[in-house]
Order: sequence, then C-alpha cells, then structure tokens
Amino acid sequence: MGVDLPRLVGARVARREDPRLLTGQGSYVDDHRPARMLYAAFLRSPHAHARIARIDASAALALPGVAAVLTGEDIARAAKPVRAESKTPDVKTTSFPPLALGKVRHVGEAVAMVAAESRYLAEDAVEHLAVEYEPLPVVRNTDEALDPASPVLHEDAGTNLLVAREFARGDVDGALAGAALVVRERFRFHRHTPVCMENRGCLADYATGSAMLTLRSSAQCPGLVRDVLTDLLGMPEHQIRVVATDVGGGFGAKASLYPEEIATCVMARRLGRPVKWIGDRREDLLSTTQAWDEIVEAELGVNRDGTIVGLRARVTADIGAYSIYPWTAAIEPVQTISFLPGPYRVPAYRGQARGVATCKAPLGPYRGVGRPPAVFVIEGLMDRAARQLGIDPTEIRLRNFIRDEDFPYKSPSGIVWDRSSFTGSLVKAREALDYQAARDEQAKARAAGRWLGIGVASYVELTGIGSAIPVSPGMPVSTGTEAATIRFDPAGKVTAVFGVASHGQGLETTLAQIVADEVGVPIADVRVLHGDTEVSPYGTGTYASRSLVLAGGAAILAGRAVREKMLLIAGHLLEADPADITLIDGRYAVRGMPDRSVAVRQIARAAYSGARQLPKGLEPGLEATKFYDPYYGTASNATHVAVVEVDHATCEVKTLRYVVVEDCGRMVNPLIVDGQVHGGVAQGIGAALLEEIVYDDHGQLLSGTLMDYVVPSACEIPMMEVHHLETPSPVTLGGFRGMGEGGTIGAPAAIANAIADALAPLGIEVAELPVSPDRLFRLIGARTG
Amino acid sequence: MVTVRLNVNGVAHEGRCEPRKLLVDFIREDLGLTGTHVGCEHGICGACTIMFNGEAARSCIMLAVQADGAELATVEGLMRDGKLHPLQEAFREHHGLQCGFCTPGMLMTALDFLRTNPAPSDREIREGISAVLCRCTGYQGIVNAVRAAAPILASGR
Repeated sequence: MGVDLPRLVGARVARREDPRLLTGQGSYVDDHRPARMLYAAFLRSPHAHARIARIDASAALALPGVAAVLTGEDIARAAKPVRAESKTPDVKTTSFPPLALGKVRHVGEAVAMVAAESRYLAEDAVEHLAVEYEPLPVVRNTDEALDPASPVLHEDAGTNLLVAREFARGDVDGALAGAALVVRERFRFHRHTPVCMENRGCLADYATGSAMLTLRSSAQCPGLVRDVLTDLLGMPEHQIRVVATDVGGGFGAKASLYPEEIATCVMARRLGRPVKWIGDRREDLLSTTQAWDEIVEAELGVNRDGTIVGLRARVTADIGAYSIYPWTAAIEPVQTISFLPGPYRVPAYRGQARGVATCKAPLGPYRGVGRPPAVFVIEGLMDRAARQLGIDPTEIRLRNFIRDEDFPYKSPSGIVWDRSSFTGSLVKAREALDYQAARDEQAKARAAGRWLGIGVASYVELTGIGSAIPVSPGMPVSTGTEAATIRFDPAGKVTAVFGVASHGQGLETTLAQIVADEVGVPIADVRVLHGDTEVSPYGTGTYASRSLVLAGGAAILAGRAVREKMLLIAGHLLEADPADITLIDGRYAVRGMPDRSVAVRQIARAAYSGARQLPKGLEPGLEATKFYDPYYGTASNATHVAVVEVDHATCEVKTLRYVVVEDCGRMVNPLIVDGQVHGGVAQGIGAALLEEIVYDDHGQLLSGTLMDYVVPSACEIPMMEVHHLETPSPVTLGGFRGMGEGGTIGAPAAIANAIADALAPLGIEVAELPVSPDRLFRLIGARTG
Repeated sequence: MVTVRLNVNGVAHEGRCEPRKLLVDFIREDLGLTGTHVGCEHGICGACTIMFNGEAARSCIMLAVQADGAELATVEGLMRDGKLHPLQEAFREHHGLQCGFCTPGMLMTALDFLRTNPAPSDREIREGISAVLCRCTGYQGIVNAVRAAAPILASGR
C-alpha cells in the first residue's frame, strides 16, 4: 500500500504538549489535591554516619493536625526492604530501607515521616521529633572506604567494595610495553547532581473499599515502580496504579525507585487517606541520586603515527551510601569502563571498575551514565597523544576511528557497533566550524597573548537496548521491550497508548507522528497517552535513550496491524481486492480509481458496526497491541567541537562557538532532536565548568542550595550550531537511534579539551572536572607563578 | 489566620491563611492556580515568578500577606479568547519549552523583560531571562522565542 499523505516522520512538527504547559494547565504531581489529603514531611539525618538510639515522636504526635508518624521500624513491618539484586557476583547486594533502620549512612537520609493536615504543620511536627543519634566514624571518600581500618557501611556486605568488574581483550601489558608513546593521566570527575526543575514528589491514595493503591509520582518509570511496589507491599499488580503524566524533567534522576515513594504508599495505606509529599530543593540536593564522582587512572599506548595499540584503565567510583533499585551500584563505574574505548579500534584493552560505598547520597543514573566520564578520559588521552606526537587532534581521531568497512564492530567490552558515522561526523564538524579558519584565528589570538582553544570530542553510545543485555550491568529486571496499543474509535479518531513516559522529550508529539503515518490519519486525529500503568500495555518507562526506539518500533508494529485490518475492511466496503487498496489524500481508495474510496471514519464505523459491514469472519473492532524488542540496541554517535577563551584576569571560560554533528539515524522531528541536543550540551557545559556537589570532612553537604550548586543560566550557555547526519539504524524498526542523552556525553570532554588547547602554551592539561575558575586559577598559577 | 484580598488576572480574590504562608502556596493551594510552580523556595530558580503590581517577582520568597491589596498576574492570565499570547505562540514555534516546569516563570520573566526592553540584543535577552533556570532547553529555544516575540509585542503596544 502506498501512503502519500504528507509524511509526518521527519517533519518539524510543533509539540502537541505545549499548549497545556504554556498555559499553566500541566498536570504535575503537586497540582493534584484530592479531598481528605494529608501532607507529608520527612525528618532527615543531620549525621553522615550514626546509630539511631531512640526516636521519640510523642511531642510531634501531640501537635494539632498531625495524623501519624512513621519510623523505619513501622515501614519494616509494612514493606519488604529494597534490595537491588544483581545477576553477577561482581556486585554485592545491600538493602536500602525506605526510612533508616538502626543507622543512617548519609546526611539527608530519611529517618522519619510525618503526615499532617498541611505542609506547614507537617514540617512543624518534624521539628518536634526527638532522635537520639550515636555518631559513627564518617567514611569520607573511596580511599578511606577501602582502608581495612574503616567502618563498613553495610555489615551484610562485609566490605565497602560493592562492585568489582573487569573487561579485557588482548595483551594490553605487552602492547603498552611496545608502544612508541604511552600517555597517562589520573582523571577526576567530581560529583554532580541532575537538578530537575521540578523536585521529586509523590501522592499516594489507598482506597480501602477496592483495595486499590494509586501512586502519582514524578517518576520516569511508572511501570517499573508499579512492578516493584507489588513485591515490596505484597499487593497484586493489578491493584496498583502508578501515574506520571507531566513530570518536570528527569535526566535519570527520576528513573530509580525512591524511599519516599514507598513510605508515602505505606502511610496512605495505613491511614486510608491520600498522602502527598513534595520534596523541596534542599531535599533534592541531599537525597536525589547523584552522578559520576569517579577517579579514572588511564594509560593509552600509540604508535608513532598515532594509531592506538592498547588502553588500560581503572575506574573507582564513589557510589555513596546505597545501591539503588533497580540499577545497582554498578551502573556508573561499569558503564564507564564499558564505553571507555569509544569509537576507536582498540586492539588491547583492560578496564577495571570498582564501586565503593561512602557516606554520601547514592549514585544513580544521570544523562549519559558513565559515558561523560568515559569520553572525558579517552578524548583527553587522544589529545595528549596528539599534542606529544605533533599530530592534529582531528587527524589522530580519523586515523583511529572504527572505519566504515569495520561495521558491525565488537568493542573490547563486548558492545557491537552497527553502521555509524564516526568519520562522517568529525569531517562534517570540521567543515561546519571551518576548522582551518578557526586554527588561524587561534594562532592570531595566541600571538596577541589570548588563551583561545579548540576542543574536539567524538563519542558513540548504545541506545534503544533490547532484551539481549540489561540496561545496567547485571540487573535482573528485564527492560528489553515496550508496547503500543493503537485504537480507533467509531468516529475515526485514534488513541495510542504507551508504557513509556514523557518528561520533556515530546513523546506525545513524536509518537503521534509515527502513528499518524502508519495508519494514514492527520496528526490532529491521534491522541497519545503515556505515563499511566492503568491505561497502558505493559512497559517500564523512559530511560537509557530507549523510548523513541522501543515505543516507536512498537507503534510501527501496532500501526501496521491496524492498517492491515483497515485494508480488509476497505476492500469489503469498496468490493475490491484489499491488495488493490491504497491511501490517497487520507482516503483508502482502489488503486488507479481515486473515485472509489472510503474515508478513514467510514472504515472505523464499519469496524464497530457488526458482521454485515465486515468481511466474512473478520473480528469486529479496530485496535492492536504490539510489543517490540530491538533485541540488542543500536549505536548513536556525534562529534562536538567547542571554541573557548579563558579570561586572564578572572579565569572565566567563555564558550565562543559550539558545534555538534550528531547522528540519531532517521529523525522523527528535527525540532525536538535539536532541543534535546541543546539541553544536553547545556548540562554538559555546566558539568564541565560549574556544577559540583561538595561534602566536607564530616560528610556535610556544602552545596545544599542553588546558590552553592551552580546550574548554568542563559548567560553561561552559548548559541549552539547543531547539524545532523541520518544514517538509518540497520537494526531498529524505523531506523531510529536514541539521542536524548548525547549532548551531555560529548560536552564535558569538548570543553575540557578546548581549555587544555587554550592553555597548551603553558603546558596545562585538564584532568579534573568541573574546571571551575578557582581550579583553573590554581592550575594557571602553578605554571605562571 | 489573616485575611488576604488581592486581584489575580483581573479577578478579585479573598482568602484566609496563616501569616507565614508563602505567596506561591497561597496562589496554588488557596486560589487553585497551579500554573505557578515551586522550584527552590529560596529565590534562585525563578519557576515561581509572577507579575506583582506590574513587575516580575518571585512568589516563593514573599508571604501571602504581603500581597494584600496587590494586583497579580500569573501564567493562567496570558491566554485571551482561547488564543495563546504571542509570547506563548513564540515559545511553541521555537521549542522554548520541554518539560514545561520553568515555563510559567520564564514567560512572566520574559514578558516583564520585553516591557522594559522592547528591542533587545541576544546578549540582553540572555541577561534578561537569566533570573529563571531551565534545565531542558539549553536556553536556545527560549532566546529564539523571545527574540521572535519582541517585535510582535512591541507593535501591539
């Protein structure tokens, strides 16, 4: 069947979610206030490590308007402890109690929960909770944590080393010994936090009459939360509904199960009243999962012409106090060593990963997961090698990229890269920047004493991961499928329902584009529902750059199934062979005879009008549910180039130009792809220059406000120039590749390399991010006195 | 409890609340106008920005009682006769929003900025909107939207 409607896939369609969000009619968790609702507040630990000797809630309970107080013991009686299991022995499984049980392991850990008639009263009551703590020695960093003399945070693990994993291919020691040049560095990527503009929150409602639990949550993964609540609360899956319609940003921060979600459910179930908790910014900075905090000791061996002979690295991640569900403590360090070889041919590799527990907030998934540090490291090493060999940084990359004829290419960590545009993206980025002109400009600037630099970063990531491998290494939860239900009503309008959830990515628009194309209706006739386990087919949610690939693939399959049936019905109505039916101007017509046609709504009406309107034996109705499993996943790559200038007086880094050439395969909506790149790059620039979570020697959070944790404003972010290559993925339906995380993967390395290039006359390398003005001042001061 | 009388988007309201109640909580809970968002409660992120007697202000660091007798405008008041405000249109056209959480505060801030600077440069736009943090857009769509809306708003004045 030919489809000659204007193709929506590939078009810059304005977003369908915008009108409600622009007019204040979004439906975020905090916008809901059912009758009889109570407000919750949490008491959080002021200690980094302490035994809880006693909790006295009597004064709090005596306050007017206070309904109940829960402690760790109360929760333990109502819910199983959260344990992020792993299939591999490399990861030790530990418990994460929703409210501290016996001891606290980081500042900000939830200790007790109050429910009261208002948020103000709940917070008053928290002030009246008396907790007796017996402080324990603070495990401040990974070195201390690995010292046998230090206390063990999780007694059942017997060690603070929760993750130890190694990937190896070839004789790396021999390769490095024989290399013409080995560059070495100890890289440090400090702790980062996602900062969604909407703080985390949830609203639980337990209807005693129907034994039905409804949880509205600022969650990326409603299906995943529903599944685990079933287990933890001992409730049947069909009695739990998790809803996350409008969510104010996620970036991975809202992809994990959180203690407050469980505690709020327990409170609501116990009281038979709706209970809402909305975290404030302090709670977000104290308790939302954080990122990176890794030390990477790495060595790269190259021949005289710059070709790589071997790479050896050890990653040590400070995973904080808890292994988070379902991703486990392995997610950051193991992803880092998995992606360290980058888009290059690395014949010999050994990567070791360690995840070490300390008294800090838990590490979790954040935009890029492991890849931003991995790219910072490998791209930093490539530049060091290029500088020492006198090779242009773009040239050394071109010499080492996995070549077009090498695809599919199995990386040393076992990832298979399908046909991608590693070389193409760098060549195009050079053109887009006018690389030679930029180098000439730099030479002039240098001659005038200015610190101007150009930084390049190329990367490849794995997106749209199917059932062959877990999204997080060793994770037993299956994340390999998503489904779509496409349903016509008798009037010819379409409702498409998905198990994924949108929190800014515009999936209501992009998935509607795909559905509309598949079934041959205008986009206005398609309504996309998502983020509600009550209405959607089985699915987990949105994370790991998967939703467009998996849900989009499911939409194609379901759309095809519906279209097949429409052809049968159209053939019946037109008394023609269904094989001769084609879609012209939104009508199903007999091929070559546009006068013999039926409108979509006539087909839809016929589908619901009984046997006489339908071909013999055809089941009435017009809907289909299809699951899609891309099995392995698909590569997604880009090259970023930054031009920066370092101010002599203030050490401020100004980004003068920023060019991205990305390849996400077939683009569904270039407007949205651009927006994802812009936002990702801005987060990467923040990570490179400004944003750092800082704990003091007592494990106290020093960056506990947005004055101390510096998120870039519009003034710190440049205009970005985004270009696209469209190499259709050979392994996904539709040829789509995931791309929501990429901006953040490339930007830290590009900025770091640009700064190192600017300061090359001083012999300064950038081995530590963020390279804030004070760090830069010290680096420059050490060279210039 | 104290009585607060104010005008929001041209409609008179009266409510009773504790003297300590934040203006943003009063707007959201007592008046039911949930378009104004709470992002940090310490005056940095700007998600709660409203118009207070004609100027942009952060409703998370004001008390409701301070608004007694004031004229407020919130995001709910921008749409007229079922049509988006030209600034809202520009945000949609230029993809100036993703998750939408900062958007109400961003719109009110940009509106106030364009009132005082009807023909801004890009640099001035960036400074003008730097009072509101957005984590999704990298500001590019927002800057483009404000630039595009500026002449439309100026000509309508």
